[in-house]
Amino acid sequence: MEERGVEACEYTPPVIKADELDPKFKYKISKIHGAEKIMACFQCGTCTADCPIARFSDFYRPRRIARMVQLGLKDRLISDKALWLCSSCFTCVDHCPQGVEIASIVRILRNMAVAEKNVLPLVYKELATNLMKTGFVYEIPESRLQKRVEQGLPPLPKPNVDEVKKIFEVTGSMSLLEKVQTIAKVEDK
Amino acid sequence: MSGLKYLLFPGCVIPYRLSSYEISARKVLAKLGVEIVEMPDFNCCGYPMDVINHDLMLTLAARNLCIAEKVGLPIMTLCNGCFCSLNETNKILKEDKTTREKINGYLKEIGMEFRGTTEVKHLIYVLSEDVGFDKIKSAIKKPLTGLRVAQHSGCHVLRPRKYVGRDDPENPTTLKELIKLTGAECLEYMDESECCGNPIIGVNESIPFQMAKEKLEHVRAVGAQALITVCPFCHIMFDLNQPRIERTFNEKFNLPVLHYPQLLGLAMGFSPDELAINELRVKPTELLNLIR
Repeated sequence: MEERGVEACEYTPPVIKADELDPKFKYKISKIHGAEKIMACFQCGTCTADCPIARFSDFYRPRRIARMVQLGLKDRLISDKALWLCSSCFTCVDHCPQGVEIASIVRILRNMAVAEKNVLPLVYKELATNLMKTGFVYEIPESRLQKRVEQGLPPLPKPNVDEVKKIFEVTGSMSLLEKVQTIAKVEDK
Repeated sequence: MSGLKYLLFPGCVIPYRLSSYEISARKVLAKLGVEIVEMPDFNCCGYPMDVINHDLMLTLAARNLCIAEKVGLPIMTLCNGCFCSLNETNKILKEDKTTREKINGYLKEIGMEFRGTTEVKHLIYVLSEDVGFDKIKSAIKKPLTGLRVAQHSGCHVLRPRKYVGRDDPENPTTLKELIKLTGAECLEYMDESECCGNPIIGVNESIPFQMAKEKLEHVRAVGAQALITVCPFCHIMFDLNQPRIERTFNEKFNLPVLHYPQLLGLAMGFSPDELAINELRVKPTELLNLIR
């Protein structure tokens, strides 16, 4: 950690060009449920200080995400793999003195990354595929289902998979998933 | 006190990997007079799909809520993740007309409609609010006196405060009180409400492993003989992954991690076998000798 601290001090931020900024982005995103308060962020840094991921990562910085949203750096934000490192623990949401729901904003940005950049970590694609096939995010092997009964547990119901698939279809999720390019892992850098 | 009846929502990961949690929960609930009705036709709670499309998560969760409304019973979850998505969706759809109309538009395609007539509770709130401490106390047959444990409630049974709003996320007491009822001592340790890290393990292993290792160190530092969890994801992180964490950091923890109903079950007089304690990765041999 010490070594990386030194690197962070010597780090020169890349130049932000004015034409990268979308001044309307903050207004657009604040209309989405969960991002209403983004304009109230005054960069105190409570979110980053209390973030359990940021404790171990110099790459995932919730305060930076909030500032980038305010600046309208949408393209950089939704191309940034660090988005996928939020563990959705909601500590930042509960601690923000301005009521900004950072974790919800990260969720919105992830949804945008999927819809507009067509990227998704492989694990979620696999879970979604299982879900459409079985109704559960894991393909529970027959031996496991059998063991349940031997252990005295009631059999698992078989969900109506057609209805689950229909939900993927009508919410536009099926076409999103057909288009996505998966990324295997996200390195902490 | 009479007439406690819930639809049990086991979710995906418990039937897939952690039957021990479901087995022990069913045992203690039955003994406490809680009636469990099997949840028909349920699907994944929707939680893991929130990253892809928020509407997808809401609609998958709402389908489960509609099923519960049709049966006419509240839902009890064992998993913090399932509690998070089902409870949050239930609250959003009850309070926000615009979102409700949108999600009902999707649900119409499968012949369902969200009406807002059900409730969602996690196991620990069923025990603390509905069954009640007095009733649990009177069911204790073998107090675990002398046993020192630590608790990890996990995030989504407490946060975000605006949707859960039951216990104080900064100083949670529900699970601690439930542990004390068993006669065991519940120790405090550093950073109790830190996340286990499991939600991102599919995209990055290094950060969650560091998080879990630090938690295990803090729990060990106060001399706890076991860690108590109420979420399958936290449990996987600390129990199933413990040997890998030990190898990664060249450490030895050997810290048993019990599901809360296993601890409660032991105090209620169930045998370790009845509570599927043999399924734990880190065997609680010393702990069991201690309470014999």
